[in-house]
Amino acid sequence: MDRIPILKLGEALLVTIQVDMHDRLAMALEEDLTARIVDHSAKGVLIDISALEIVDSFIGRTLANIAMIAKVLDADTVVVGMRPAVAITLVELGLSLPGVRTALNAERGMAMIKSRIDDAAMIATDEDEGGP
Amino acid sequence: MARSIVPIRTGEDVVRVRQEVRRFAVEAGLGLVDQTKIVTAASELARNTLDYGKGGEASMDIVQNGARRGVRIVFEDHGPGIADIELALKDGYTSGRGMGLGLGGARRLCNEFTIASTPGKGTTVTIARWK
Repeated sequence: MDRIPILKLGEALLVTIQVDMHDRLAMALEEDLTARIVDHSAKGVLIDISALEIVDSFIGRTLANIAMIAKVLDADTVVVGMRPAVAITLVELGLSLPGVRTALNAERGMAMIKSRIDDAAMIATDEDEGGP
Repeated sequence: MARSIVPIRTGEDVVRVRQEVRRFAVEAGLGLVDQTKIVTAASELARNTLDYGKGGEASMDIVQNGARRGVRIVFEDHGPGIADIELALKDGYTSGRGMGLGLGGARRLCNEFTIASTPGKGTTVTIARWK
């Protein structure tokens, strides 16, 4: 079965969905990402959906699940690149993507993830030094 | 454009329905947002046909009403049927793994939506989106 590739970029994972996903492929992505977050102790997941022509309730639920699972595993998820027509349709469909953070493009999404990683690193350094 | 009939037996068929509906929506002259709405509605209904109707088919046509063109899709299955259609149309109602937005959500995305179901015989959902 096809898999959607997951790239590692420092402490972040990067997924670019470039195919029209059938449901099993979406479920496989959820499982693969969960495993990779743990394997790499990833702090962030960036999902680029700019190639997706639609997001229906199943794909939407998968994105929301990924965000929730990542949260439990101490990683942030940012979904980027949603097309305007997809955003309009999602709202009318009644899908609010609870817990999913979004950014207009990959650059902004990466900046969100990086600031979270930097904050975490700063807190860790403070703790190492025993605080002020 | 001749009628197209797509059998719905697997998850890949749901993707095929989306692609075929897109082709018809473009041919009917629908704008990008309307295309996206009808394709999304079709995806929800094709999944229902597969998951709850135990498979079936989608048939689609370009339709003409005076000067207006549009696309109409009929989803038909011979599954268990829906006993309480009003309940099934409510947001949040699900008997399966979805978010419970399938039927109600699909209805909001279309200009026309009709559903007929006979318990034990199957379900037919007809949707249309006009330019």
